[in-house]
Amino acid sequence: MVDPILQVRDLHTHFFADEGVVRAVDGTSFDLYPGRTLGIVGESGCGKSVTARSILRIVERPGRIVSGQILLRRGDGSQIDLAAQSPDSAEMRTIRGGEIGLVFQEPMSSLSAFHTVGNQIIEAVRLHSKLSKKAARDRAIELLAMVGIPRPAQRVDAYSFELSGGLRQRVMIALALAAEPGILIADEPTTALDVTTQAQILDLIRRLQQERQLAVILITHDMGVIAEMADDVVVMYLGKEVEKGPVDTIFHAPRHPYTRSLLRSIPSVLARPRDRLATIAGSIPHPFARPKGCPFHPRCPDFMPGTCDRDFPKEVAIADRHSTACHLYAS
Amino acid sequence: MLTYLARRLVLALITTWAITVVTFIIMQLPPGDFVDAYVSQSSAMGSSISAAEADAMRQAYGLNQPFYIQYLKWMSFVARGELGLSFEYGRPVTEVIGDRLWLTIILSIGAILVTWGLALPIGIYSAVRQYSFGDYVFTFVGFIGLAIPNFLLALIIMYVGFRYFGLNVGGLFSAEYALAPWSFAKVWDLMEHLPIPVFILALAGTAQLVRIMRANLLDELRRPYVMTARARGLPEYRVILKYPVRAALNPFASTIGYLLPFMVSGSVIISVVLSLPTVGPLLLRSLLSQDMLLGSSIILLLGILTVIGTLLSDMLLMWIDPRIRLGRDT
Amino acid sequence: MSGATDAAAPENRIAVATQRQLIWWRFKKHKLAVFSAAVVLAFYMVAAFADFLAYAEPFDTQATRSYIPPQPIQWFDAEGNFRPHVFALKGKRDPRTFKLSYAPDPSDPRDLVLFAHGYQYHLFGLIPTDRHLLGLSHGSPQDAIFLLGTDQLGRDLWSRLILATRTSLTIGLVGVAMSLVLGVLLGGLSGLYGGTIDTVIQRVIEVLRSVPTIPLWMGLAAAVPNSWTPQQVYFSITIIISLIGWTELARVVRGRFLALREEDFITAAELAGASRMRIIFKHMVPSFLSHIIAAISLALPAMIISETTLSFLGLGLRPPAISWGVLLQDAQNLQTLGLAPWLLIAALPVIVVILAFNFLGDGLRDAADPYG
Repeated sequence: MVDPILQVRDLHTHFFADEGVVRAVDGTSFDLYPGRTLGIVGESGCGKSVTARSILRIVERPGRIVSGQILLRRGDGSQIDLAAQSPDSAEMRTIRGGEIGLVFQEPMSSLSAFHTVGNQIIEAVRLHSKLSKKAARDRAIELLAMVGIPRPAQRVDAYSFELSGGLRQRVMIALALAAEPGILIADEPTTALDVTTQAQILDLIRRLQQERQLAVILITHDMGVIAEMADDVVVMYLGKEVEKGPVDTIFHAPRHPYTRSLLRSIPSVLARPRDRLATIAGSIPHPFARPKGCPFHPRCPDFMPGTCDRDFPKEVAIADRHSTACHLYAS
Repeated sequence: MLTYLARRLVLALITTWAITVVTFIIMQLPPGDFVDAYVSQSSAMGSSISAAEADAMRQAYGLNQPFYIQYLKWMSFVARGELGLSFEYGRPVTEVIGDRLWLTIILSIGAILVTWGLALPIGIYSAVRQYSFGDYVFTFVGFIGLAIPNFLLALIIMYVGFRYFGLNVGGLFSAEYALAPWSFAKVWDLMEHLPIPVFILALAGTAQLVRIMRANLLDELRRPYVMTARARGLPEYRVILKYPVRAALNPFASTIGYLLPFMVSGSVIISVVLSLPTVGPLLLRSLLSQDMLLGSSIILLLGILTVIGTLLSDMLLMWIDPRIRLGRDT
Repeated sequence: MSGATDAAAPENRIAVATQRQLIWWRFKKHKLAVFSAAVVLAFYMVAAFADFLAYAEPFDTQATRSYIPPQPIQWFDAEGNFRPHVFALKGKRDPRTFKLSYAPDPSDPRDLVLFAHGYQYHLFGLIPTDRHLLGLSHGSPQDAIFLLGTDQLGRDLWSRLILATRTSLTIGLVGVAMSLVLGVLLGGLSGLYGGTIDTVIQRVIEVLRSVPTIPLWMGLAAAVPNSWTPQQVYFSITIIISLIGWTELARVVRGRFLALREEDFITAAELAGASRMRIIFKHMVPSFLSHIIAAISLALPAMIISETTLSFLGLGLRPPAISWGVLLQDAQNLQTLGLAPWLLIAALPVIVVILAFNFLGDGLRDAADPYG
């Protein structure tokens, strides 16, 4: 296998609010490979989005990266630790958009209503290349065509509110790929869309990935999307990475009780009518009141008193590239 | 877009109509009609007017006819630009008002420009550096600005200028230019006198607008499109100036609709205190001496000016907001 | 049972608190707003006990007391004992300029007395009394105490300022009360029924807001006949300033009605068969009362500014009525200010009370959305 293009090592991003510290990301590590899709899955508030923003160094105050490394392999083969860069540095700005593209979950509000779609794409193109205005405009039209927008030469002058949700998300993808980055981070790209549009957008991402050997990080709470798209999966809970492994292993031999609960709560077409969908007991604790020990223990069906509420479990390797952090598997 | 424009136009017409009615009512409110006032004025000046002559005047002005006929008659005069005679000055109202209307307009527009010029950067600074020392300072100064009524500020500045700097901050012209015909030197003299009244007038409005701009921009800064712009690799200042500031500018621009009446109102007051040659002192004097034709004409002119200004600002808003321009009503 | 609830106290406290408690908690966090509330309260206390706090008959004119500068209280006598007193003033006319100048006469000290007898008045308009907070052991106070000096007619500025506070603060209250009736009625109709009524009322508000108010007020106020009694003038000025103030209140009320109409608990009450009146007064009004209070405390300073401005211009309250604006009218030109700068003191309460109302209103508005 080729070398990973991005390696995240023990990343910690905390938010320092008046009321206390929120450990939004608290020790996450993963590798990302060209041409492959890494799925990060978890309930809302588990730190998925903050992970994505940490990589791009656009975490908003009062949040900041406390420790860890984000190693990006660049075109010339050199490696750079993004966590060590200043967020406002010129270096970071060329990477943002230039080497890593980001697609957000809300196509409605992720585009400015006061500028045409083309204006924003041209801006992104020219920021990372030396194209003239005219050439950048042609490139923008080309990009719109690439993401499957009909009549791109007209749509380039449209405002975002004149487009449907699906088209807007396509525009967002065109925008993210404007400078031909090697990595695409898609943060809940389909959550706000209806089901058929969802499928089209996912198809588009897959097609673009194959065409350009993109490394994709797909952030979602939807296990169905993960099953369809991901090659590797990271399951997160309250900023902690609880299980990771190849998609087949996660789906067919999940080890962590949280992963199992997530999988049980997927609605199935095979279920009998009026069957109750399995839910995870309890709700996500308040971020300031994170449970001691394994954060999942108050909701865990396999809770072991005296163990789980004392220490955070160490990561245990189950198989090649499959590991979990759970006391059940501690040797 | 056309519906928006049409709605604004109709509203402006209704407002104009409402202003004429209110003005007319004000004109009619004092006891007696203006022929009575004219008669007593003339007798005070030594020439007497006979009862028959007075009746003839009433007939001419339609004063013994029902209210609405009087109104229509008056409107037909107004529409022809004939605002009648000022009894106190014994000259046509238009002549008495003369340049003063222009000076009022200059003062109000100047104050609006200063208000915007100050409020925009301060508002952006306060929002981007929320809770910083500078933000607190501006917030505090803003509250003071809001709390001091225009006329008090003028009074205090006038007193301080006189007491500690030996300056007379009143007036818009130096003595040698006050009655001189317009010339370059006179315009320059005006420019030198304008800043103090303009700043006094602009202070309260600036305080309000900073608060509006700050609140709007704080809202906008949290929107996802700011994050997307940042994720594109734009430098921070361009992210903020091109996107959230642009979006926050809209509600900001729409404030002109009430800023203009506010400034016109304020200009009347501070002109009285600082004795500026605008319509303000004239209005006060005419009202105190019940020279109602002059007084109500000034009210009418100020009202109509405001309506025109508001209409212009609506068009500006339409021009800068693609959502209105492309027919999405917001 | 009780042990279990106690354990979860911090979260439950918020969950079970009534709306009023939540608002109170949030409001208490705004230190500045709480302080401003105290200031506003103090001002209204001054208004309530105005005659008691004044020591000189506010209308008592005396040419020989014209433009006396403020005179300090002497706290200690010549031997250094604590004995608050003032010196009687001796007026001297400059033989050349004919200007009166005043000098304290150390040979004529007059002791200050608390709860002294002074001019007759009715406390709260009911109880006849002549007690005042400050008085003199001998001689009439208006001849010797000049805490803030006197005006041209020799009237004591302190006493006039105290009585002006009463007028200016109550005229704001009455004005707001009238605006409130108009605002709640029209705003409520607008928000509750929507449709044509809403459109018409909204347009009326828009028209009113786009008219420069001060020239209009001036015109209306100028039409108040000179022959009217101070009470009649007071009443008509109140009506004039409340004509403008109601639009903002109507906007707030309408907004709340529109928001509440969509709320589930209103739908629930409708489905439960509650009558329209019951829904409005039992469910809707309590839930926007706090917003109304906040809007009122922001409308009050506007009213006070309006009255002060009109009176300052000579179009509002007229002497013998005393208000802050009437007092400031005396300080209108530079000549007077140069001669008697202490007349500007009436600006101070105006600024302080308006600031306090603004801070208070801001705090209340923030607190009114306890879940926001």
